[in-house]
Amino acid sequence: MLKVKVNDIDIEVEEGLTVLQACEIAGAEIPRFCYHEKLSIAGNCRMCLVEIEKSKKPVASCAMPVADGMNIKTNTELVEKARKGVMEFLLANHPLDCPVCDQGGECDLQDQSMFYGIDKSRFKENKRFVPEKYMGPLIKTQMTRCIHCTRCVRFATEVAGVPEIGAIGRGEDMQITTYLEKAMESELSANVIDLCPVGALTSKPYVFEARPWELKKTETVDVMDAVGSNIRVDTYGWEVKRILPKINEDINEEWISDKTRYACDGLKYQRLDAPYIKKKNNFKKISWQDALQILKDKINVTKPEKIAGLTGDLTNMETLFACKELFHKVLKSKNLESREKNIYINLNDRKNYLFNSEIKGIEKSDLILLIGTNPRYEATMLNARIRKSFLKNNTEIFSLEDLGDLTYNYKVLSNTTEEVKKIIENNCDISSKIKNAKYPLVIFGESALTMNSSKYMFEGFKKFLNENNKITEEWNSLNILNTNASAVGSYDLDIVCKTNETLEKIDKNFFEIIFLIGQDNISISKKNEFIVYIGSHGDKGAEIADLVLPGAAFTEQNGYFTNLEGKLQMAFKASYPPGEAKEDWVIINEISKLIDGNGLFKDKNELLTAMNNHINSNKKNEFSNLFKEEYINEKILTLPIDYYHSNVIARSSKTMNECRNIRSKLKKTGTEG
Amino acid sequence: MSLKKVSKEQPDKFEFSEENLSLAKKIVLNYPTGKKKSAVMALLYLAQKQNNNWIPLAAMKYIAKYLDISYINVYEVATFYSMYNLSPVGKYFIQICTTTPCMIRGAYKLVDVCKKNISEKENESPDKKNCSWTEVECLGACISAPMAQINEDYYEDLNVKQFESIIKDILKDIKPKPGSYRGRVNSEPEKNRQTLLENKNA
Repeated sequence: MLKVKVNDIDIEVEEGLTVLQACEIAGAEIPRFCYHEKLSIAGNCRMCLVEIEKSKKPVASCAMPVADGMNIKTNTELVEKARKGVMEFLLANHPLDCPVCDQGGECDLQDQSMFYGIDKSRFKENKRFVPEKYMGPLIKTQMTRCIHCTRCVRFATEVAGVPEIGAIGRGEDMQITTYLEKAMESELSANVIDLCPVGALTSKPYVFEARPWELKKTETVDVMDAVGSNIRVDTYGWEVKRILPKINEDINEEWISDKTRYACDGLKYQRLDAPYIKKKNNFKKISWQDALQILKDKINVTKPEKIAGLTGDLTNMETLFACKELFHKVLKSKNLESREKNIYINLNDRKNYLFNSEIKGIEKSDLILLIGTNPRYEATMLNARIRKSFLKNNTEIFSLEDLGDLTYNYKVLSNTTEEVKKIIENNCDISSKIKNAKYPLVIFGESALTMNSSKYMFEGFKKFLNENNKITEEWNSLNILNTNASAVGSYDLDIVCKTNETLEKIDKNFFEIIFLIGQDNISISKKNEFIVYIGSHGDKGAEIADLVLPGAAFTEQNGYFTNLEGKLQMAFKASYPPGEAKEDWVIINEISKLIDGNGLFKDKNELLTAMNNHINSNKKNEFSNLFKEEYINEKILTLPIDYYHSNVIARSSKTMNECRNIRSKLKKTGTEG
Repeated sequence: MSLKKVSKEQPDKFEFSEENLSLAKKIVLNYPTGKKKSAVMALLYLAQKQNNNWIPLAAMKYIAKYLDISYINVYEVATFYSMYNLSPVGKYFIQICTTTPCMIRGAYKLVDVCKKNISEKENESPDKKNCSWTEVECLGACISAPMAQINEDYYEDLNVKQFESIIKDILKDIKPKPGSYRGRVNSEPEKNRQTLLENKNA
């Protein structure tokens, strides 16, 4: 510990901190533009100047390490004058276009010039003009406003792992640009918008949409993937205007993926706003009462085993639980399934389907093995952590398959089950590497769990890791990377057909009524089934449905989601469902009320209590081994994910469509050349 | 100095000649292992020499791949230094120093000569002319101001008349004699030593 003085307050700080961090500990605010906690130190904006005793000149506090006995002053005349001087230089070439700038109201430069700047400029010359740069469909540039803090450059190189942004030229003519003005090829690209302390990089889809003070802000969670990034949803009336990250060091730090941020315009399009019935291949609007009556008549003439239900990837746990109760208690059917494919899941213990090492645990890992997963597209934020660990610990990363660019270096093994067999039978280098590693991580993707030999691989690996003390109270190196936001929640609620029959029977057209509860990712070859779609968007599910009941999207109802680590988080209501649409659990409850007269739950509280009791009671906590020799030699292929089109909201989003088109064009022509 | 313009006409391909490739290998060896990206400046200069005194984008990509760094990193370096030309220049590339000492000694008169005889604007190589000119910052020969650099040679202690004849020679594709045009040797004083005469080896 070092003893330093900040503005005559004695404090003790850890070694290795900077003067700026010490000042923050002491409660002295230091203005800054280029410094950012998560990025490397640049020290080029000079806004953080402070006075240090025995130093003749003011010191850039962000780049100066704290030394014992330093006497730091942040409120002297010298500091004030230095800040004013720096501010004047920064503003010399900054346009006075705040009224038409999208950053207005949440601009660091605006705020800090109010606090630390002066009201006049002595710069009489013409201001510099910099042409706009193309940076892709998400980032709008207005480079005349740029103050060259290089936060975006550092973010792209360090966090995103795509060194495509740089500063060209020098001095007054320095310009920030992507290489030859190509779109940034990263799933984290839009974070540079939040990082930009001025209005140089702003959001293209959100351009001139609203001012920050007009928006209602709701802190909630994201459902685009199973990571459960914490977000803030900004709404203006009904419309979700934008989505921003909320800091959660355990999950997404302070970044979110482009899909999380920009799929929100999908909440506006293709919405189901009233119940529809299909007549002669045309959808006709009907009332809720008629719709439910039709459904009741249909259910009354159908045998329970001929009714099936499929829950979707964005369904919250309340709805999942209500569905479960509806099927078990009211419809008396066992055919409720949450999986899209027959993924091998051992429901005896939660540890069998969670990301046990936790996302923050990735940072200390020293070896990572990827089996049938492409984390870059399946869980972008988790991939960013792997990159962080790769940069910090030089973690060795192996993948069974060549997955292309993952933003870090990894070694490719062979993508056969034989390789897995060798590892778990302790027959190759990797096995001894795993044994010697202190914090190894084995990540199973969904692709690896949908194969014939999935059970062999998963249980085999579990046995191998258990035998080598890699699954302990302290560190559990067995990880499953689920891709759907609702996956872990539905496993917690046991919404899995134990015999794996439901999906097969659907293929064989066995059922007479199929409920699709927000399920749009399964292609059903329809014959005589009566399909009921309950969901928010008119997509694949509604297209084949005979009866459409309009539900709410994740921003329009309170609902729990369990992320891939097993953290229970709530998505709060930021807006309300459009038209006659209702919250999902209410629809399920009304269906049950219609059939047995009572309804499952009186209100939401009753549902939540029942759900909690169920979750706490249904797990056997048997983490035992089910390992049997059922080895089949096959290839492990990571199924490609259509990143920008992975769920209904993203598919309805114009922004995501544009991103997808640009990415596929890049792939076609090739970026090399 | 404004941002350098990248030529719109670009060759599709660039590769080091065999001779330069072996030179490049030697240059990379000058740096510690794992730090080969430090060779970027030397390699850019090598590419510039090989490609008629300018660096095409293909060469930047080639160097980026050669050194295992990103394209933008090479691009940043190439746009930063005025030493690198990013669009074609004449066979004789004239750089006139216009930083303070040269400016005081009449550098802008030399610029006027170029404007009259070569092209109105910098970095333009009009048809049929084998040279182009540009203003640059200090070339480190203040003692012989005003001066100009033509390709790799310094032409020092110039006046308008001498510079005009140099340009005329160049336009006829004759390489003029480099060095001082007032008969000085290197940076020695004019008409021999004037001070420190008592020191033999000064």
